[in-house]
Amino acid sequence: MHDKTLTELAAGLAAGEFSSRELTQALLARIDRLDGDLNSFISVTAEQALAAADRADAARAAGDAGPLTGVPLALKDIFCTEGVKTSAGSRMLDNFIAPYDATVVEKLRAAGTVSLGKTNMDEFAMGSSNENSFFGPVKNPWDRDAVPGGSSGGSAAAVAAGLVPAAMGTDTGGSIRQPAAFCGITGLKPTYGRVSRYGIIAYASSLDQAGPMARTAEDCARLLGAIAGHDLRDSTSVARGVPDYTEELDAPLAGLKIGLPREYFGEGLDPAVESAVREAIRVYESLGATVREVSLPHTHYAIPAYYVIAPAEASSNLSRYDGVRFGHRCDAPADLTDLYKRSRAEGFGEEVKRRILMGTHTLSEGFFDAYYKKAQQVRRLIRQDFLDAFDEVDVLMGPASPTPAFDLGARKDPVSMYLQDIYTIAINLAGIPGISVPAGFVGHRPVGLQILGTHFAEARLLNVAHQFQQATDWHLRRPALAEETL
Amino acid sequence: MALEHADVLRAAHLARLGLDDDEAAHYLDDLGRILAMVDQLQTLDTEGVDPLAHPLETTQRLRADEVTETDQRDRFQRCAPAVEQGLYLVPRVVE
Repeated sequence: MHDKTLTELAAGLAAGEFSSRELTQALLARIDRLDGDLNSFISVTAEQALAAADRADAARAAGDAGPLTGVPLALKDIFCTEGVKTSAGSRMLDNFIAPYDATVVEKLRAAGTVSLGKTNMDEFAMGSSNENSFFGPVKNPWDRDAVPGGSSGGSAAAVAAGLVPAAMGTDTGGSIRQPAAFCGITGLKPTYGRVSRYGIIAYASSLDQAGPMARTAEDCARLLGAIAGHDLRDSTSVARGVPDYTEELDAPLAGLKIGLPREYFGEGLDPAVESAVREAIRVYESLGATVREVSLPHTHYAIPAYYVIAPAEASSNLSRYDGVRFGHRCDAPADLTDLYKRSRAEGFGEEVKRRILMGTHTLSEGFFDAYYKKAQQVRRLIRQDFLDAFDEVDVLMGPASPTPAFDLGARKDPVSMYLQDIYTIAINLAGIPGISVPAGFVGHRPVGLQILGTHFAEARLLNVAHQFQQATDWHLRRPALAEETL
Repeated sequence: MALEHADVLRAAHLARLGLDDDEAAHYLDDLGRILAMVDQLQTLDTEGVDPLAHPLETTQRLRADEVTETDQRDRFQRCAPAVEQGLYLVPRVVE
């Protein structure tokens, strides 16, 4: 059952081929067998999962099943889940049992899905390799020497390894799309404001957005429909109807206008990644799309602008971890300042501290205008680049990442790690949606094609991704896991 | 804008982040390189461009001034490191 898509599993449940309990048990056993080495889960919530599976089976027996009833999935450990440890990959929250559900969790629960547990991630979602987790790095199921990407690396690896058919991630600068690319799965970052951020542990509030990670665009469409929508508890969630994202999946692509941003095919792009992406674009041409080059002239400034804005917001958001109300507290504090300083020094890891220091510095007196205000001005120019491009074309396409997954431990320098996100980060600054779909391999390591659309164009993106998946089989490839023969 | 050791210690203090001199030296090096990368922003002319704080530029929504939260203090204090009679305990502040 582990190599079926979420859509296939939902159909199997509906047809009575297996129960949610049987499916849940099978996947829990698989996690037990395979995840010791992969480390994609921080917490496996077997007991709660089986109880939820039984509720789903009972609902189905009573004729109350919805389209996702009984479907198993996993949640990045950044979504508050009532009664379950929600760590954000940090020692700071290693003892934090969330007292409430995030809206995404509440909606998935209401839809009858079964969460098998909480997946590993870079601490507070700060990272591109999942090596910044307090709970240890995650291995890429395609190649154990490679990172799975980050920050939603656990979610991506768990789906790629067939431990769950889908998982929820969050994306602040590429944290859904880049690990989806590195692990050969499909990952969608919706428009900012499309999915409620309530109960998602905050990193950078004007950039954070949650989205589905699964094997296919069709699976992502079903999940997005379940989690999207306005939420009174998130003032930045958008009051706009949620369409049925599966409705347009089969629309033909004849006449689709694709733009290739010149800046996404330049220096630093691995030639083997480029050739896979160009081949994917030829597939689109064969489906009737037209392709032209466009320019996003401020691309070069996206990483510098992001590394002002995101750390500034992070330094403010993470000020709540004070050792007083929840989270890690140091032993025997001498006074209140010592309590704050030592609890935070012990609770946060190196990358988180780096960003807190960076954000605190750029927001401090004498530096604010030169950094923060300047970065926000540049942010407007970056967004305008995309709006101008979407006046000319329907979607933009390019690589999700300049290289395939790199080796564990290979990127020691923070700046070289940051530059890895060159093709994903501007999308968050602009607030537009983006999806990464499997588009080939370099050796054993997958390549992701990134497709971008204008604000709230998720249905179109999913349609464009789905049509590619009808014409190719990259998304159906599975890593060979040695343990499976045991 | 060159970063000094004292700037790192000042930021650490403002952020209430315990940092010794060696750690500050380590972060000085990293932050210096990050700021050098960020300084590319200064080469771009942004005269007259309005700062963009939020991708959708929405305004804060208003609602009726009604109580919507119930008292859940006990529940929320269950994850606190130290509480007594509904109060969070910290080291003595006033002698």
